[in-house]
Amino acid sequence: MSVPQVLLGLLEREQSHGYDLKRDYDTYFGRHKPLPAGQVYATLARLARDGKVIAGQAEPGAGPDRKRYVITEAGVTEFETWLTEPETPEPHLQAELFTKVVLALMLGRPAEQYLDLQRSAHLRRMRELTDLKHSGGMIDTLQADYGLFHLEADLRWIDLTASRLSPLAKEVRHGHDH
Amino acid sequence: MGTTTDLPASAREPVLEARDVVLSFGQTPALRGASMSVACGDILAVMGPSGSGKSTLLHCLAGILTPDSGQVWFDGRRLDTMGESQRSALRRTRFGFVFQFGQLVPELTAEENVALPLLLGGTRRSEALRQARRWFPRLGLDGLAEHRSGEMSGGQAQRVALARGLVAEPEVLFADEPTGALDSLTGEHVMKLLTDEARSKGVTVILVTHEPRVAAYADREVVVRDGTVTSPAPSPVRS
Repeated sequence: MSVPQVLLGLLEREQSHGYDLKRDYDTYFGRHKPLPAGQVYATLARLARDGKVIAGQAEPGAGPDRKRYVITEAGVTEFETWLTEPETPEPHLQAELFTKVVLALMLGRPAEQYLDLQRSAHLRRMRELTDLKHSGGMIDTLQADYGLFHLEADLRWIDLTASRLSPLAKEVRHGHDH
Repeated sequence: MGTTTDLPASAREPVLEARDVVLSFGQTPALRGASMSVACGDILAVMGPSGSGKSTLLHCLAGILTPDSGQVWFDGRRLDTMGESQRSALRRTRFGFVFQFGQLVPELTAEENVALPLLLGGTRRSEALRQARRWFPRLGLDGLAEHRSGEMSGGQAQRVALARGLVAEPEVLFADEPTGALDSLTGEHVMKLLTDEARSKGVTVILVTHEPRVAAYADREVVVRDGTVTSPAPSPVRS
């Protein structure tokens, strides 16, 4: 999972504290694997060092870290680049695709366009594998089939998700309002 | 027809084009301004969920349906303003068709089914059957020329349907879910034959399918959604 990019996405929505970022991350993307608090602060420190976020002064209050983080232009650029580029099609991509769709909807970005680009990238890879199948031997065919069926599973998810974007957007934004 | 498939699709003239095509069935809109084009010799997959309008688009491109508005161009001529007899002649002589269920005429033998487009076009029966028979060994159908559709497997019947679609040497082959009723392995065999034959003869193919593994046999794809066409621009893939 691309933790730095996800934190940047959550910060693009609004400036936030480390604790709130962890809570939102766990709610949307870490249901089965919460993000350790140490990793949140280490990632934020690296992003601050690289000029992607600015850490405010520590605020009075309870808790280990009461700094408020704000995304910079460089941070927005990095997030946008990550969000809009299709992933290299390979099996077991679902976590990354899911994360991009949810973040795009949360931020009112064109999730459908992202899914179209990802579909196109997947089909391009499937064409290559289909060519490989017909130019190679049986071992190539078996390997290509394995990849083709897994990419097809991704594509079914992409198509179903594309048809569910409206209710999904409502749920993601509603969750944030409350 | 000469092939120019060594050029990229974008550099070749479109042979078939839909421009802002709108079509409703009663109150139900099927196409809401669909635009797309296919270059000569290209194999284009038309994808999309059920009810998206992809088969309706194919029927408009083939001159089977007439759009309410918009234009359909084939080889420099408006298809949507042609009379039915002209369109019918075009479908018989320059287009070929393969559908999900082979739609073979059950009373006819396999070779008579294959010969049908030639017979309808006025070719003498003996000559039409002679040309039809040439397709049987090519498509792995040896010994089946005298069989009727009830005596063939789904894969065999679909290969007969493919031969029928290609026998009149069409410039464009319209294939609507051609493997929809077949298992994976048989479907793969039919797709391989279809695309090999089309590529060797420079036939342009419009392939409607909702199956990605079938679309992967095409050169490129467009997606129909809610009656319009999206074809994402190529984008770099991050590695």
